[in-house]
Amino acid sequence: MSNIVFESVTRVFRRDGRDFLTLDGISLEIAEKEFVAVVGPSGCGKTTCMRMVAGLEFPTSGQVKVAGEAVRKPSSERAVVFQQFALFPWKSVWDNIDFGLRVKGLPAQKRREIIEHYIGLMNLKGYESAYPHQLSGGMQQRVAIARAYALDPQVLLMDEPFGALDAQTRVVMQEELVKLARINPRTVLFITHAVDESVYLADRVVIMTSRPGKVKEIVDVKSTREKEGWDKYSKIEDVMDLPSFVSLRTHIWRSLREEHGHVEERA
Amino acid sequence: MSGGADPHLGHWPLSIAGLAAFFGIWWLAAGLGLAPPQFLPMPQDVLRTFFDLLHEPFAGYTLGQHLWSSFLRFAMGFLLAAAIGVPLGLLMGWFEWLDRIVTPLFECIRYVAPIAWVPFAALWFGTGIGGPVLIIFAGAFPPCVVNSYRGAKYVEPRLIEAAQTLGASNLRIVAQVLLPAALPSIVAGLRVSAGLGWMSLIGAELIVASSGIGYMLVKGQSNIDTAIVMSGMIAIGLVGVAIDMLLRRAEARLLRYRHPSNS
Repeated sequence: MSNIVFESVTRVFRRDGRDFLTLDGISLEIAEKEFVAVVGPSGCGKTTCMRMVAGLEFPTSGQVKVAGEAVRKPSSERAVVFQQFALFPWKSVWDNIDFGLRVKGLPAQKRREIIEHYIGLMNLKGYESAYPHQLSGGMQQRVAIARAYALDPQVLLMDEPFGALDAQTRVVMQEELVKLARINPRTVLFITHAVDESVYLADRVVIMTSRPGKVKEIVDVKSTREKEGWDKYSKIEDVMDLPSFVSLRTHIWRSLREEHGHVEERA
Repeated sequence: MSGGADPHLGHWPLSIAGLAAFFGIWWLAAGLGLAPPQFLPMPQDVLRTFFDLLHEPFAGYTLGQHLWSSFLRFAMGFLLAAAIGVPLGLLMGWFEWLDRIVTPLFECIRYVAPIAWVPFAALWFGTGIGGPVLIIFAGAFPPCVVNSYRGAKYVEPRLIEAAQTLGASNLRIVAQVLLPAALPSIVAGLRVSAGLGWMSLIGAELIVASSGIGYMLVKGQSNIDTAIVMSGMIAIGLVGVAIDMLLRRAEARLLRYRHPSNS
Protein backbone atom coordinates (compact mmCIF):
# COMPACT_ATOMS: atom_id res chain seq x y z
CA MET A 1 0.00 0.00 0.00
CA SER A 2 1.24 3.46 -0.83
CA ASN A 3 1.91 5.55 2.19
CA ILE A 4 2.46 8.98 0.60
CA VAL A 5 0.64 9.91 -2.57
CA PHE A 6 0.93 13.07 -4.66
CA GLU A 7 -2.03 13.34 -7.05
CA SER A 8 -1.30 15.88 -9.81
CA VAL A 9 -0.20 18.46 -7.29
CA THR A 10 0.17 22.02 -8.52
CA ARG A 11 1.33 24.95 -6.52
CA VAL A 12 1.12 28.60 -7.45
CA PHE A 13 2.81 31.33 -5.46
CA ARG A 14 1.50 34.85 -5.67
CA ARG A 15 4.04 37.62 -5.34
CA ASP A 16 3.79 41.31 -6.28
CA GLY A 17 0.45 40.63 -7.88
CA ARG A 18 1.91 38.02 -10.22
CA ASP A 19 1.43 34.27 -10.15
CA PHE A 20 4.41 31.96 -10.22
CA LEU A 21 3.90 28.30 -11.00
CA THR A 22 6.35 26.42 -8.75
CA LEU A 23 5.04 22.87 -8.92
CA ASP A 24 3.41 21.57 -12.06
CA GLY A 25 1.43 18.37 -11.83
CA ILE A 26 3.51 16.29 -9.45
CA SER A 27 2.32 12.68 -9.22
CA LEU A 28 4.27 10.30 -7.07
CA GLU A 29 3.63 7.30 -4.85
CA ILE A 30 5.85 6.31 -1.98
CA ALA A 31 5.37 2.86 -0.48
CA GLU A 32 5.24 1.98 3.20
CA LYS A 33 8.79 1.90 4.70
CA GLU A 34 10.30 3.15 1.48
CA PHE A 35 13.15 5.68 1.57
CA VAL A 36 12.72 8.18 -1.25
CA ALA A 37 15.13 11.01 -1.93
CA VAL A 38 14.14 14.01 -4.03
CA VAL A 39 16.90 15.88 -5.87
CA GLY A 40 16.56 18.89 -8.09
CA PRO A 41 17.98 22.30 -8.88
CA SER A 42 17.43 25.01 -6.27
CA GLY A 43 14.05 26.63 -6.48
CA CYS A 44 12.45 23.60 -8.12
CA GLY A 45 9.96 23.25 -5.29
CA LYS A 46 11.33 20.10 -3.64
CA THR A 47 11.12 21.61 -0.17
CA THR A 48 7.56 22.70 -0.92
CA CYS A 49 6.72 19.07 -1.72
CA MET A 50 7.99 18.01 1.70
CA ARG A 51 6.17 20.85 3.45
CA MET A 52 2.91 19.80 1.82
CA VAL A 53 3.30 16.29 3.21
CA ALA A 54 4.04 17.87 6.61
CA GLY A 55 0.85 19.94 6.42
CA LEU A 56 2.77 23.22 6.62
CA GLU A 57 1.76 24.22 3.07
CA PHE A 58 -1.04 23.17 0.77
CA PRO A 59 -1.43 22.45 -2.96
CA THR A 60 -3.17 24.99 -5.17
CA SER A 61 -4.75 22.04 -6.95
CA GLY A 62 -4.43 18.28 -6.62
CA GLN A 63 -4.00 16.39 -3.40
CA VAL A 64 -1.36 15.09 -1.05
CA LYS A 65 -2.45 11.99 0.86
CA VAL A 66 -0.79 10.10 3.65
CA ALA A 67 -2.14 6.66 4.54
CA GLY A 68 -5.13 7.31 2.32
CA GLU A 69 -6.14 10.62 3.89
CA ALA A 70 -5.66 14.11 2.50
CA VAL A 71 -3.19 16.13 4.58
CA ARG A 72 -4.95 19.07 6.25
CA LYS A 73 -2.69 20.06 9.12
CA PRO A 74 0.62 19.11 10.76
CA SER A 75 0.70 15.94 12.83
CA SER A 76 3.23 14.02 14.86
CA GLU A 77 2.57 11.09 12.51
CA ARG A 78 4.58 13.09 9.98
CA ALA A 79 7.68 14.19 11.86
CA VAL A 80 10.02 16.69 10.24
CA VAL A 81 13.78 17.14 10.49
CA PHE A 82 14.54 20.67 9.37
CA GLN A 83 17.71 21.87 7.70
CA GLN A 84 18.36 24.37 10.47
CA PHE A 85 17.58 21.80 13.19
CA ALA A 86 14.83 23.95 14.80
CA LEU A 87 15.62 22.72 18.30
CA PHE A 88 14.06 24.65 21.17
CA PRO A 89 17.00 26.70 22.47
CA TRP A 90 15.55 26.92 26.01
CA LYS A 91 15.21 23.16 26.36
CA SER A 92 17.95 20.66 27.09
CA VAL A 93 18.67 17.74 24.76
CA TRP A 94 16.51 15.51 26.93
CA ASP A 95 13.60 17.96 27.01
CA ASN A 96 13.78 18.60 23.28
CA ILE A 97 13.30 14.89 22.62
CA ASP A 98 10.66 14.74 25.35
CA PHE A 99 8.54 17.54 23.85
CA GLY A 100 6.66 15.45 21.30
CA LEU A 101 6.34 12.51 23.69
CA ARG A 102 4.65 14.74 26.26
CA VAL A 103 2.28 16.03 23.61
CA LYS A 104 1.39 12.43 22.87
CA GLY A 105 0.61 12.02 26.57
CA LEU A 106 2.83 8.99 27.16
CA PRO A 107 3.47 7.98 30.78
CA ALA A 108 6.74 9.14 32.35
CA GLN A 109 8.31 5.69 32.48
CA LYS A 110 7.62 5.03 28.81
CA ARG A 111 8.97 8.44 27.82
CA ARG A 112 12.17 7.84 29.74
CA GLU A 113 12.71 4.51 28.01
CA ILE A 114 12.19 5.99 24.57
CA ILE A 115 14.44 8.98 25.22
CA GLU A 116 17.22 6.81 26.62
CA HIS A 117 16.95 4.48 23.64
CA TYR A 118 17.40 7.26 21.09
CA ILE A 119 20.04 9.07 23.11
CA GLY A 120 22.05 5.85 22.99
CA LEU A 121 21.33 5.23 19.32
CA MET A 122 22.31 8.75 18.28
CA ASN A 123 25.48 8.89 20.41
CA LEU A 124 24.20 11.64 22.66
CA LYS A 125 25.03 9.98 25.96
CA GLY A 126 26.44 12.43 28.49
CA TYR A 127 24.80 15.40 26.74
CA GLU A 128 21.27 14.90 28.08
CA SER A 129 21.24 18.15 30.04
CA ALA A 130 23.18 20.25 27.52
CA TYR A 131 21.40 23.09 25.72
CA PRO A 132 21.46 23.22 21.91
CA HIS A 133 23.86 26.17 21.71
CA GLN A 134 26.45 24.12 23.59
CA LEU A 135 26.47 21.42 20.89
CA SER A 136 28.12 21.24 17.48
CA GLY A 137 25.94 21.36 14.37
CA GLY A 138 26.25 17.60 13.90
CA MET A 139 25.12 16.90 17.44
CA GLN A 140 22.25 19.33 17.18
CA GLN A 141 21.06 17.53 14.08
CA ARG A 142 21.34 14.19 15.89
CA VAL A 143 19.05 15.59 18.57
CA ALA A 144 16.61 16.74 15.90
CA ILE A 145 16.66 13.27 14.30
CA ALA A 146 16.17 11.60 17.68
CA ARG A 147 13.30 13.98 18.42
CA ALA A 148 11.59 12.97 15.17
CA TYR A 149 12.26 9.21 15.42
CA ALA A 150 11.20 9.09 19.08
CA LEU A 151 7.61 9.82 18.05
CA ASP A 152 7.59 6.61 16.02
CA PRO A 153 5.85 8.41 13.15
CA GLN A 154 4.34 6.80 10.06
CA VAL A 155 6.37 9.13 7.92
CA LEU A 156 9.68 10.95 8.39
CA LEU A 157 10.29 14.09 6.40
CA MET A 158 13.80 15.44 6.08
CA ASP A 159 14.57 18.74 4.44
CA GLU A 160 18.26 18.82 3.54
CA PRO A 161 19.01 17.75 7.10
CA PHE A 162 22.75 17.59 6.52
CA GLY A 163 22.98 20.69 4.34
CA ALA A 164 24.25 22.89 7.17
CA LEU A 165 26.94 20.43 8.31
CA ASP A 166 30.60 20.30 7.36
CA ALA A 167 31.69 17.54 4.96
CA GLN A 168 33.10 15.12 7.56
CA THR A 169 30.20 15.45 9.96
CA ARG A 170 27.84 14.97 7.08
CA VAL A 171 29.44 11.63 6.16
CA VAL A 172 29.17 10.40 9.75
CA MET A 173 25.54 11.46 9.88
CA GLN A 174 24.75 9.74 6.57
CA GLU A 175 26.22 6.50 7.86
CA GLU A 176 24.28 6.79 11.09
CA LEU A 177 21.07 7.50 9.24
CA VAL A 178 21.57 4.38 7.12
CA LYS A 179 22.13 2.33 10.28
CA LEU A 180 19.05 3.83 11.89
CA ALA A 181 16.98 3.22 8.78
CA ARG A 182 18.02 -0.45 8.80
CA ILE A 183 17.23 -0.93 12.48
CA ASN A 184 14.00 1.01 12.31
CA PRO A 185 12.64 1.18 8.76
CA ARG A 186 10.25 4.09 8.14
CA THR A 187 8.65 5.78 5.21
CA VAL A 188 11.11 8.58 4.53
CA LEU A 189 10.90 11.53 2.19
CA PHE A 190 14.36 13.02 2.03
CA ILE A 191 14.98 16.34 0.26
CA THR A 192 18.54 17.05 -0.83
CA HIS A 193 20.61 18.64 -3.54
CA ALA A 194 23.56 16.28 -2.97
CA VAL A 195 23.49 13.45 -5.50
CA ASP A 196 25.94 11.18 -3.61
CA GLU A 197 23.77 11.43 -0.55
CA SER A 198 20.60 10.55 -2.42
CA VAL A 199 22.14 7.43 -3.99
CA TYR A 200 23.72 6.33 -0.74
CA LEU A 201 20.58 6.71 1.37
CA ALA A 202 17.54 6.13 -0.79
CA ASP A 203 15.62 3.21 -2.27
CA ARG A 204 14.47 5.46 -5.09
CA VAL A 205 15.69 8.86 -6.24
CA VAL A 206 13.19 11.31 -7.71
CA ILE A 207 14.78 13.84 -10.06
CA MET A 208 12.87 17.08 -10.49
CA THR A 209 13.04 19.58 -13.32
CA SER A 210 13.89 23.23 -12.73
CA ARG A 211 10.97 25.57 -12.06
CA PRO A 212 8.17 24.88 -12.55
CA GLY A 213 9.03 21.62 -10.83
CA LYS A 214 7.86 18.39 -12.39
CA VAL A 215 8.97 14.82 -11.82
CA LYS A 216 11.57 14.26 -14.50
CA GLU A 217 12.71 10.76 -13.73
CA ILE A 218 12.61 8.21 -10.95
CA VAL A 219 15.74 6.12 -10.46
CA ASP A 220 15.56 2.78 -8.71
CA VAL A 221 18.56 2.41 -6.40
CA LYS A 222 17.30 -0.37 -4.17
CA SER A 223 17.51 -3.20 -6.72
CA THR A 224 21.12 -2.27 -7.56
CA ARG A 225 22.02 -1.94 -3.91
CA GLU A 226 20.63 -5.36 -3.10
CA LYS A 227 22.11 -7.03 -6.17
CA GLU A 228 25.56 -5.55 -5.59
CA GLY A 229 25.46 -6.00 -1.83
CA TRP A 230 26.21 -2.39 -0.79
CA ASP A 231 25.04 -3.16 2.71
CA LYS A 232 28.13 -5.29 3.32
CA TYR A 233 30.18 -2.09 3.51
CA SER A 234 29.88 0.02 6.61
CA LYS A 235 31.83 2.98 5.28
CA ILE A 236 30.35 5.36 2.80
CA GLU A 237 33.59 5.76 0.81
CA ASP A 238 33.71 1.99 0.14
CA VAL A 239 30.22 2.10 -1.31
CA MET A 240 30.97 5.22 -3.29
CA ASP A 241 33.90 3.47 -5.02
CA LEU A 242 31.77 0.65 -6.37
CA PRO A 243 31.18 0.78 -10.14
CA SER A 244 27.47 0.21 -9.61
CA PHE A 245 27.31 3.28 -7.33
CA VAL A 246 29.35 5.40 -9.71
CA SER A 247 27.18 4.51 -12.66
CA LEU A 248 23.95 5.43 -10.84
CA ARG A 249 25.46 8.65 -9.57
CA THR A 250 26.69 9.63 -13.01
CA HIS A 251 23.31 8.87 -14.49
CA ILE A 252 21.58 11.17 -12.00
CA TRP A 253 24.23 13.86 -12.49
CA ARG A 254 23.67 13.87 -16.24
CA SER A 255 19.95 14.07 -15.80
CA LEU A 256 20.27 16.99 -13.38
CA ARG A 257 22.78 18.81 -15.51
CA GLU A 258 20.40 18.86 -18.42
CA GLU A 259 18.08 20.76 -16.10
CA HIS A 260 20.63 23.35 -15.25
CA GLY A 261 21.81 23.88 -18.78
CA HIS A 262 25.12 24.83 -17.24
CA VAL A 263 27.85 23.31 -15.15
CA GLU A 264 26.73 22.63 -11.60
CA GLU A 265 29.30 22.69 -8.88
CA ARG A 266 29.74 19.29 -7.33
CA ALA A 267 28.30 19.25 -3.89
CA MET B 1 35.45 48.87 27.75
CA SER B 2 34.57 51.98 25.79
CA GLY B 3 36.40 55.25 25.38
CA GLY B 4 37.98 57.10 28.29
CA ALA B 5 37.39 54.80 31.27
CA ASP B 6 40.33 53.34 33.14
CA PRO B 7 40.19 49.60 32.40
CA HIS B 8 41.04 48.67 36.00
CA LEU B 9 38.52 50.91 37.71
CA GLY B 10 35.76 50.58 35.13
CA HIS B 11 33.20 53.36 35.03
CA TRP B 12 32.93 53.83 38.79
CA PRO B 13 35.08 56.96 39.05
CA LEU B 14 32.98 58.69 36.41
CA SER B 15 29.73 57.70 38.08
CA ILE B 16 30.97 58.94 41.44
CA ALA B 17 32.17 62.17 39.85
CA GLY B 18 28.73 62.69 38.34
CA LEU B 19 26.99 62.23 41.70
CA ALA B 20 29.55 64.43 43.45
CA ALA B 21 29.02 67.22 40.94
CA PHE B 22 25.26 67.00 41.42
CA PHE B 23 25.45 67.23 45.21
CA GLY B 24 28.15 69.89 44.97
CA ILE B 25 25.99 72.16 42.85
CA TRP B 26 22.98 71.49 45.06
CA TRP B 27 25.02 72.26 48.17
CA LEU B 28 26.41 75.46 46.64
CA ALA B 29 23.02 76.64 45.40
CA ALA B 30 21.38 76.07 48.79
CA GLY B 31 24.40 77.11 50.91
CA LEU B 32 25.12 80.38 49.10
CA GLY B 33 21.51 81.37 49.61
CA LEU B 34 20.69 81.35 45.87
CA ALA B 35 17.48 79.59 46.87
CA PRO B 36 15.90 80.01 50.32
CA PRO B 37 15.56 76.81 52.44
CA GLN B 38 11.78 76.63 52.07
CA PHE B 39 12.39 76.26 48.31
CA LEU B 40 15.58 74.19 48.36
CA PRO B 41 16.77 72.44 51.53
CA MET B 42 20.48 71.82 52.24
CA PRO B 43 21.66 68.31 51.33
CA GLN B 44 22.70 67.59 54.93
CA ASP B 45 19.25 68.66 56.21
CA VAL B 46 17.60 66.26 53.79
CA LEU B 47 19.94 63.48 54.90
CA ARG B 48 19.16 64.13 58.56
CA THR B 49 15.42 64.27 57.89
CA PHE B 50 15.67 61.05 55.88
CA PHE B 51 17.20 59.18 58.82
CA ASP B 52 14.84 60.82 61.33
CA LEU B 53 11.87 59.69 59.27
CA LEU B 54 13.09 56.11 59.48
CA HIS B 55 12.13 55.99 63.18
CA GLU B 56 9.96 59.07 63.77
CA PRO B 57 6.47 58.73 62.31
CA PHE B 58 5.29 61.48 59.99
CA ALA B 59 1.71 61.64 58.75
CA GLY B 60 0.97 58.60 60.89
CA TYR B 61 3.82 56.30 59.88
CA THR B 62 7.60 56.06 59.61
CA LEU B 63 9.27 56.28 56.22
CA GLY B 64 9.72 52.51 56.20
CA GLN B 65 6.00 51.95 56.88
CA HIS B 66 4.99 54.39 54.15
CA LEU B 67 7.30 52.67 51.73
CA TRP B 68 6.01 49.23 52.66
CA SER B 69 2.42 50.25 52.17
CA SER B 70 3.33 51.75 48.79
CA PHE B 71 5.27 48.67 47.84
CA LEU B 72 2.39 46.33 48.65
CA ARG B 73 0.05 48.33 46.44
CA PHE B 74 2.66 48.37 43.72
CA ALA B 75 3.21 44.61 43.97
CA MET B 76 -0.52 43.93 43.71
CA GLY B 77 -1.06 46.20 40.73
CA PHE B 78 2.08 45.06 38.95
CA LEU B 79 1.46 41.33 39.45
CA LEU B 80 -2.13 41.72 38.32
CA ALA B 81 -0.97 43.58 35.21
CA ALA B 82 1.62 40.89 34.43
CA ALA B 83 -0.75 38.02 35.14
CA ILE B 84 -3.35 39.39 32.72
CA GLY B 85 -1.17 41.34 30.28
CA VAL B 86 1.43 38.70 29.41
CA PRO B 87 -1.00 35.89 28.52
CA LEU B 88 -3.25 38.36 26.70
CA GLY B 89 -0.33 39.67 24.61
CA LEU B 90 0.84 36.16 23.73
CA LEU B 91 -2.65 34.99 22.79
CA MET B 92 -3.14 38.11 20.66
CA GLY B 93 0.14 37.28 18.95
CA TRP B 94 -1.14 33.82 18.06
CA PHE B 95 -4.91 34.10 17.49
CA GLU B 96 -5.59 36.68 14.83
CA TRP B 97 -9.28 37.02 15.73
CA LEU B 98 -8.34 38.00 19.27
CA ASP B 99 -5.83 40.50 17.91
CA ARG B 100 -8.61 42.03 15.78
CA ILE B 101 -11.01 42.27 18.72
CA VAL B 102 -8.64 43.66 21.31
CA THR B 103 -6.21 45.88 19.40
CA PRO B 104 -8.46 48.88 18.55
CA LEU B 105 -9.75 49.07 22.11
CA PHE B 106 -6.31 48.59 23.60
CA GLU B 107 -4.67 51.17 21.34
CA CYS B 108 -7.13 53.81 22.54
CA ILE B 109 -6.86 52.98 26.21
CA ARG B 110 -3.08 52.72 26.38
CA TYR B 111 -2.67 56.42 25.62
CA VAL B 112 -4.78 57.43 28.61
CA ALA B 113 -2.28 58.43 31.29
CA PRO B 114 -2.60 56.25 34.42
CA ILE B 115 -3.25 59.34 36.51
CA ALA B 116 -6.36 60.05 34.43
CA TRP B 117 -7.95 57.07 36.22
CA VAL B 118 -7.76 58.92 39.54
CA PRO B 119 -11.36 60.20 39.44
CA PHE B 120 -12.69 56.70 38.84
CA ALA B 121 -10.29 55.19 41.34
CA ALA B 122 -11.67 57.58 43.95
CA LEU B 123 -15.26 57.03 42.87
CA TRP B 124 -15.10 53.25 42.81
CA PHE B 125 -12.77 52.52 45.70
CA GLY B 126 -12.64 55.66 47.90
CA THR B 127 -9.38 55.58 49.81
CA GLY B 128 -9.30 51.77 49.87
CA ILE B 129 -6.50 49.77 48.35
CA GLY B 130 -8.40 49.27 45.07
CA GLY B 131 -7.83 52.85 43.92
CA PRO B 132 -4.04 52.87 43.84
CA VAL B 133 -3.98 49.29 42.53
CA LEU B 134 -6.20 50.34 39.63
CA ILE B 135 -3.89 53.23 38.78
CA ILE B 136 -0.74 51.11 38.97
CA PHE B 137 -2.47 48.51 36.85
CA ALA B 138 -3.31 51.20 34.27
CA GLY B 139 0.37 52.16 34.12
CA ALA B 140 1.86 48.67 34.16
CA PHE B 141 -0.58 46.84 31.89
CA PRO B 142 0.18 48.26 28.40
CA PRO B 143 3.92 47.42 28.29
CA CYS B 144 3.12 43.86 29.43
CA VAL B 145 0.69 43.40 26.55
CA VAL B 146 2.72 45.20 23.90
CA ASN B 147 5.99 43.41 24.61
CA SER B 148 4.43 39.96 24.90
CA TYR B 149 2.58 40.55 21.67
CA ARG B 150 5.69 41.71 19.80
CA GLY B 151 7.74 38.90 21.29
CA ALA B 152 5.18 36.37 20.11
CA LYS B 153 5.09 37.88 16.62
CA TYR B 154 8.87 37.67 16.24
CA VAL B 155 9.29 34.04 17.26
CA GLU B 156 11.20 32.18 14.56
CA PRO B 157 8.63 30.45 12.35
CA ARG B 158 10.68 27.26 12.22
CA LEU B 159 10.32 26.79 15.99
CA ILE B 160 6.55 27.07 15.65
CA GLU B 161 6.58 24.67 12.70
CA ALA B 162 8.74 22.24 14.66
CA ALA B 163 6.22 22.30 17.51
CA GLN B 164 3.31 21.83 15.08
CA THR B 165 4.94 18.84 13.44
CA LEU B 166 5.58 17.40 16.90
CA GLY B 167 1.83 17.48 17.39
CA ALA B 168 1.47 20.53 19.66
CA SER B 169 -1.96 22.18 19.93
CA ASN B 170 -2.49 25.94 19.68
CA LEU B 171 -2.55 26.48 23.44
CA ARG B 172 0.53 24.34 23.94
CA ILE B 173 2.35 26.37 21.30
CA VAL B 174 1.43 29.59 23.10
CA ALA B 175 2.51 28.28 26.51
CA GLN B 176 5.53 26.23 25.55
CA VAL B 177 6.93 27.89 22.45
CA LEU B 178 5.76 31.51 22.27
CA LEU B 179 6.18 32.17 26.00
CA PRO B 180 9.76 30.92 26.34
CA ALA B 181 10.80 32.25 22.93
CA ALA B 182 9.35 35.68 23.69
CA LEU B 183 10.76 35.76 27.20
CA PRO B 184 13.53 38.30 26.50
CA SER B 185 10.95 40.69 25.10
CA ILE B 186 8.49 39.94 27.91
CA VAL B 187 11.06 40.58 30.62
CA ALA B 188 12.06 43.85 28.97
CA GLY B 189 8.35 44.74 29.01
CA LEU B 190 8.04 43.84 32.68
CA ARG B 191 10.89 46.18 33.53
CA VAL B 192 9.25 49.07 31.70
CA SER B 193 6.00 48.04 33.30
CA ALA B 194 7.43 48.07 36.81
CA GLY B 195 8.92 51.52 36.23
CA LEU B 196 5.65 52.96 34.96
CA GLY B 197 3.69 51.20 37.69
CA TRP B 198 5.90 52.57 40.43
CA MET B 199 5.69 56.09 39.01
CA SER B 200 1.90 55.87 38.64
CA LEU B 201 1.59 54.67 42.21
CA ILE B 202 3.25 57.75 43.61
CA GLY B 203 0.98 59.92 41.50
CA ALA B 204 -2.04 58.01 42.74
CA GLU B 205 -1.05 58.29 46.38
CA LEU B 206 -0.75 62.04 46.08
CA ILE B 207 -4.50 62.00 45.62
CA VAL B 208 -6.23 58.83 46.78
CA ALA B 209 -4.50 57.37 49.84
CA SER B 210 -4.02 57.94 53.55
CA SER B 211 -0.63 56.27 53.77
CA GLY B 212 2.25 55.57 51.44
CA ILE B 213 5.16 57.53 50.18
CA GLY B 214 3.08 59.73 47.87
CA TYR B 215 0.79 60.62 50.76
CA MET B 216 3.86 61.51 52.82
CA LEU B 217 4.98 63.89 50.07
CA VAL B 218 1.67 65.75 50.07
CA LYS B 219 1.72 66.06 53.84
CA GLY B 220 5.30 67.31 53.69
CA GLN B 221 4.27 69.88 51.15
CA SER B 222 1.34 71.13 53.23
CA ASN B 223 3.72 71.48 56.20
CA ILE B 224 6.08 73.42 53.92
CA ASP B 225 8.78 70.95 54.91
CA THR B 226 10.87 70.58 51.75
CA ALA B 227 13.33 68.25 53.46
CA ILE B 228 10.54 65.71 54.01
CA VAL B 229 9.44 66.01 50.39
CA MET B 230 13.01 65.55 49.20
CA SER B 231 13.50 62.53 51.52
CA GLY B 232 10.42 60.95 50.03
CA MET B 233 11.72 61.57 46.52
CA ILE B 234 15.02 59.94 47.40
CA ALA B 235 13.22 56.93 48.86
CA ILE B 236 11.12 56.63 45.68
CA GLY B 237 14.23 56.70 43.54
CA LEU B 238 16.03 54.13 45.66
CA VAL B 239 13.10 51.71 45.68
CA GLY B 240 12.68 52.16 41.92
CA VAL B 241 16.31 51.20 41.41
CA ALA B 242 15.91 48.25 43.76
CA ILE B 243 12.85 46.98 41.87
CA ASP B 244 14.72 47.18 38.59
CA MET B 245 17.71 45.35 40.06
CA LEU B 246 15.44 42.56 41.28
CA LEU B 247 13.89 42.22 37.84
CA ARG B 248 17.30 42.16 36.20
CA ARG B 249 18.35 39.32 38.45
CA ALA B 250 15.16 37.48 37.61
CA GLU B 251 15.92 38.11 33.93
CA ALA B 252 19.44 36.71 34.23
CA ARG B 253 18.04 33.59 35.90
CA LEU B 254 15.24 33.09 33.41
CA LEU B 255 17.47 33.54 30.39
CA ARG B 256 20.31 31.43 31.76
CA TYR B 257 20.07 28.94 28.92
CA ARG B 258 21.43 31.56 26.53
CA HIS B 259 24.67 32.07 28.39
CA PRO B 260 27.13 29.20 28.06
CA SER B 261 29.10 30.20 31.18
CA ASN B 262 26.18 29.92 33.59
CA SER B 263 24.82 26.54 32.67
